[in-house]
Amino acid sequence: MTSKLALRGIAVAYLGLLVAGPVAIMIWQTFSGGLAPVWDALTNPAFLHALQLTLIIAAIAVPLNTIFGIVFAMVIVRREFRGKPILTALLDLPLGVSPVVVGLALVIVYGRRGEFGGWLADHGIRVIFALPGMVLATIFVSIPFVAREVIPVLREIGTEQEQAARTLGASDWQIFRLITFPAIRVGVAFGVVLTVARALGEYGAVAIVSGRLSGRTETLTIHVEERFLAFDLTGAYTASLVLAGLALLTLFFMQRLKPRGSD
Amino acid sequence: MGIAVRHLRKSFGSFQALDDVSVDVPDGSLTALLGPSGSGKSTLLRVIAGLEEPDSGEVVIGDQLATDLPPQRRNVGFVFQHYAAFKHMTVRDNVGFGLRIRKRPKAEIRRRVDELLSLVQLDGFAERYPAQLSGGQRQRMALARALAVEPRVLLLDEPFGALDARVREELRDWLRRLHDEVHVTTVLVTHDQEEAMEVASRIVVMNHGRIEQVGAPAELYEHPATEFVMSFVGKVNRVGDAYIRPHEVVICHPEQAGCIPATVERVITLGFDNRIELTLPDGHRVWAQLTRDEVARIQPATGQVIGVDLSQSRRPGWEPGGYEPARPEPVPAAVIPMRADDERGWRARSARG
Repeated sequence: MTSKLALRGIAVAYLGLLVAGPVAIMIWQTFSGGLAPVWDALTNPAFLHALQLTLIIAAIAVPLNTIFGIVFAMVIVRREFRGKPILTALLDLPLGVSPVVVGLALVIVYGRRGEFGGWLADHGIRVIFALPGMVLATIFVSIPFVAREVIPVLREIGTEQEQAARTLGASDWQIFRLITFPAIRVGVAFGVVLTVARALGEYGAVAIVSGRLSGRTETLTIHVEERFLAFDLTGAYTASLVLAGLALLTLFFMQRLKPRGSD
Repeated sequence: MGIAVRHLRKSFGSFQALDDVSVDVPDGSLTALLGPSGSGKSTLLRVIAGLEEPDSGEVVIGDQLATDLPPQRRNVGFVFQHYAAFKHMTVRDNVGFGLRIRKRPKAEIRRRVDELLSLVQLDGFAERYPAQLSGGQRQRMALARALAVEPRVLLLDEPFGALDARVREELRDWLRRLHDEVHVTTVLVTHDQEEAMEVASRIVVMNHGRIEQVGAPAELYEHPATEFVMSFVGKVNRVGDAYIRPHEVVICHPEQAGCIPATVERVITLGFDNRIELTLPDGHRVWAQLTRDEVARIQPATGQVIGVDLSQSRRPGWEPGGYEPARPEPVPAAVIPMRADDERGWRARSARG
């Protein structure tokens, strides 16, 4: 009994010190000067641009990674082919490699001096220090989450439900829409939450490929740091709160994807 | 509609699951594919459904060549061992799935699903989810779902395999009656010979990817075509290179002519059905099936030496008079004397055999 309480105490204290405490202090600090400075920070054009850019990047990267993740998981679980372990290992690469390395690699390939980047620049397409590069970096670092969540679920549900649907006359698309997707929905939802969180919160890789031009290629996370370094604590805290709020909003929407009847 | 398969072959890697299989399933019949695991019976069923592609050979359903048809267009009902229930759908949506795919009007689907649920005795369960049903109920739901699209044939892959013994028995009986009602050509895969004998009017015995014999249950039991069928369909004793059914083993007095002395090893009582396990002088073991009355008359006890008449044993060609004891046995020393009134019992038993 006492050991149970002690364990619970440790868990609460750990989370309190590391998560709840700092967040609470941040919220308190944000509003310590009243609402006016917060409002100023929220209407600052650089902030608004950073928010818009972050949302645009997430709006491109998350759907692409979701579709890719589902397709990848289906291929890995449902098909037999050689080189499957290598493909699975490749999927995990973004989790293992530091984002800074990812950013540098992108600069090397797509930068003006790179082979491919030079060719693109000749055709008027700018990748590095522009939106395409930031989207690429975000896609790269957030690629594994959906597939990682969906693969175990697909393995668990097996193929019998799909085969049953097939004998009942369902086409491949109908089987996916009516049988497979509802079954993996929770996995997809968790994967999307993680992907969104990563896409909103990515700093290292995006910071390198963006060039951090305030009002042009600055995302929210970069904006937070920029404000912090400029001694504008309220601006930094406000932007941070908006980031946290966006993450909470995603969690809330994904909760609604929970399946009926399975519990 | 009837099913005909011709010269089917299918291998998985180096494993030959189907080896030149040809068989006809008559229209409206209830046929069982019976065999041990790995005999190819499930593969054959899945090839008929289109869930597995044969390496060569043909599948004809009704008068249509179905070999190249995808499963969606074969119009077969398939029931899986583990139900394959659509977990995120209610019972109603599960059963109505095939009709929704076929874009039938909502009112019609509703009416048809209600009909089917009542046919499989699940009225009142329409709004439940599969997780809220027992195994037997889930399998009945899966059956209703398969029947909803009015399939040309109904294919059942070990449908009762995951259920406990009592429910299994109930469902067998129920399936038999359902088939009498709906008359759809039904193929049932099972490894349980009792299930096959009880439910099916025709049995296809398979072994190592080949068909051993096709026939009515009684035919297989009385006239097994191969050693495998003899040993797989019905209980059998192997004595040397001859076989004898346990109910054909006649208990007699050890000194009677044609009787072989045998030592009682164990007496098993299962109510009406009783078994005596015996050891012959040459070391062979046989067991005899006796009725309760016979046991009461003979009163066998472990260690007792009684006599057995194995004259009904058969060799693989099935001509009678199979088993010959290695040499004429001297009567063992420790014969326990039997009660005088036993004689009548022996004779009654011999006459019956």
